[in-house]
Amino acid sequence: MSSHPAERRLAWLLCAPAVAAMLLVTAYPIAYALWLSLFRYDLRFPAQRSFVGLANYASVLGSEVWWKALTNTLLITVGSVGFEFILGLALALLAHKTTIGRRSVRTAILVPYAIITVVAALAWKFAFDPTTGFINALLGLQNAWLTEHWSAFMVIICSEIWKTTPFMALLLLAGLTQIPADLLKAARVDGATAWQRLRLITLPLMKPTIMVALLFRTLDAFRIFDTVYVQTRGAQDTETVSIVGYNTLIVRLNLGLGSTVSVLIFICVLLIAWLFIKGFGAPFEQRSGGPS
Amino acid sequence: MKFSLEKLFWSGCGLLAVFYALLPVVWIVSLSLKRPADLNDQRFFASQISFDNYRNVFGDAQFPAALWNSVGIAGIATLLSVTLAMFAAYAIVRLEFPGKKAVLAGALAIAMFPPVAIIGPLFNLWRLFGLFDSWAGLILPYMTFTLPLAIWTLAAFFREIPWDLDKAARVDGATPLQAFIYIIAPLAAPGVFTSAILVFIFAWNDFLFATALTSTNAARTVPAAIAFFTGSSQFEQPIGSIAAASVVVTLPVILLVLLFQRRIVAGLTAGAVKG
Repeated sequence: MSSHPAERRLAWLLCAPAVAAMLLVTAYPIAYALWLSLFRYDLRFPAQRSFVGLANYASVLGSEVWWKALTNTLLITVGSVGFEFILGLALALLAHKTTIGRRSVRTAILVPYAIITVVAALAWKFAFDPTTGFINALLGLQNAWLTEHWSAFMVIICSEIWKTTPFMALLLLAGLTQIPADLLKAARVDGATAWQRLRLITLPLMKPTIMVALLFRTLDAFRIFDTVYVQTRGAQDTETVSIVGYNTLIVRLNLGLGSTVSVLIFICVLLIAWLFIKGFGAPFEQRSGGPS
Repeated sequence: MKFSLEKLFWSGCGLLAVFYALLPVVWIVSLSLKRPADLNDQRFFASQISFDNYRNVFGDAQFPAALWNSVGIAGIATLLSVTLAMFAAYAIVRLEFPGKKAVLAGALAIAMFPPVAIIGPLFNLWRLFGLFDSWAGLILPYMTFTLPLAIWTLAAFFREIPWDLDKAARVDGATPLQAFIYIIAPLAAPGVFTSAILVFIFAWNDFLFATALTSTNAARTVPAAIAFFTGSSQFEQPIGSIAAASVVVTLPVILLVLLFQRRIVAGLTAGAVKG
């Protein structure tokens, strides 16, 4: 680790612009949010700005809206990440297994990744729409899917699953290709069934990849905003924490309460990451050592 | 017999996967080609093809302006992010210095950061600095939020480059500049290009910053514009225009991704697995 002073200077110089940008546009605003969350500060009544200590936290944590949104967000997160994992694993096994179809499957699963989330959300919204959509006609139903609580949830979760499964599948596929083929062949010769090979060899060897994929997707799903905003705008009790934060900050212009929501979301994300790393042993330390 | 059955099973699964991926895409394309009168016929395919929706969407001032904003903002953010990330990734891969791990861990922390946590402060700051509803006001957050992705991807690619070739060329009499232009730059180009695509897709896709930090056609990008398209009445979404606009902004990116799929897959998974 002994480094030349000139080399050190050059390295810091090269990293400085990126680090400065990250500090200025993320670290500083989050600190500013922390500060704002201690004030009563409504942009519609700027003159009434005053220091209120932790009162904002008490009122957010005491409100039903926050807990409802948190429950909804967790429900969407668990629902979509759970299905995605199973579907992504199936797709990864498929792309890994088929030699002829590999290219077409790999190509096809990249399509949802390339689509703007708003566009995907709108496509599904129109598909489920009772006047425009083909789904009711196909199923012979007359449902107004997005106007009821549970069916709206289902549409939101389906859109999320469709859009983000490819990412999960690609990560799992990369982990899959690292398993030595000889090991699986040997197990097959020894008489292990396909299910046994998957459960006893493939999955344990893929554990680091699986943990990273789940951690990334869970944190990503937790901040869900686009799909919900486009499909219901939070109606039918489908508000998520990001929607609550956005509405408080940008629609109602209440910077004090909105910043409190922001800080709480940030704390939730830290908690989730901590839970993954400590609780499930996600290989974070290896990762921070660098991708090589 | 068993072997061919197995093959059939996997091919069937493959077809199912392709169907899954393409269903909503074909649906929105078909919706965009329907005649305005057929929009509510509840049919999957357009019974008669018409380009009226495309004419409408380009005839309106809103969409062309948003398209221009999207291309400009995403393009500049990509250029800046990849340039800054290139410097940082080079230092991380090639040089020894204290704080290297802190830079990588900090970048990772930002990658997990919820953007909604900073839109409030940014909204307030941008109004003070006059950056609200401007290109710069979106370029800055896009650049920052894509830096981690770009740094990690580039570092993963840079590690694979045989840097000693540079020394060999210099021994053979090449100047440092020549060695860089003829040896190192061509080797680094694929990685740089891949991270540029990933960064561009992020900026192109963003909706939260675009709705929170803009208010007019001056800087509103396509995802925000599409979500706020208004029809004849305020409560009715102009489905045909939305579908046509969606196709216009989706197809180029899909083409880009399909053309460079190998590199994109490598870029998306770099670091996550080798870790």
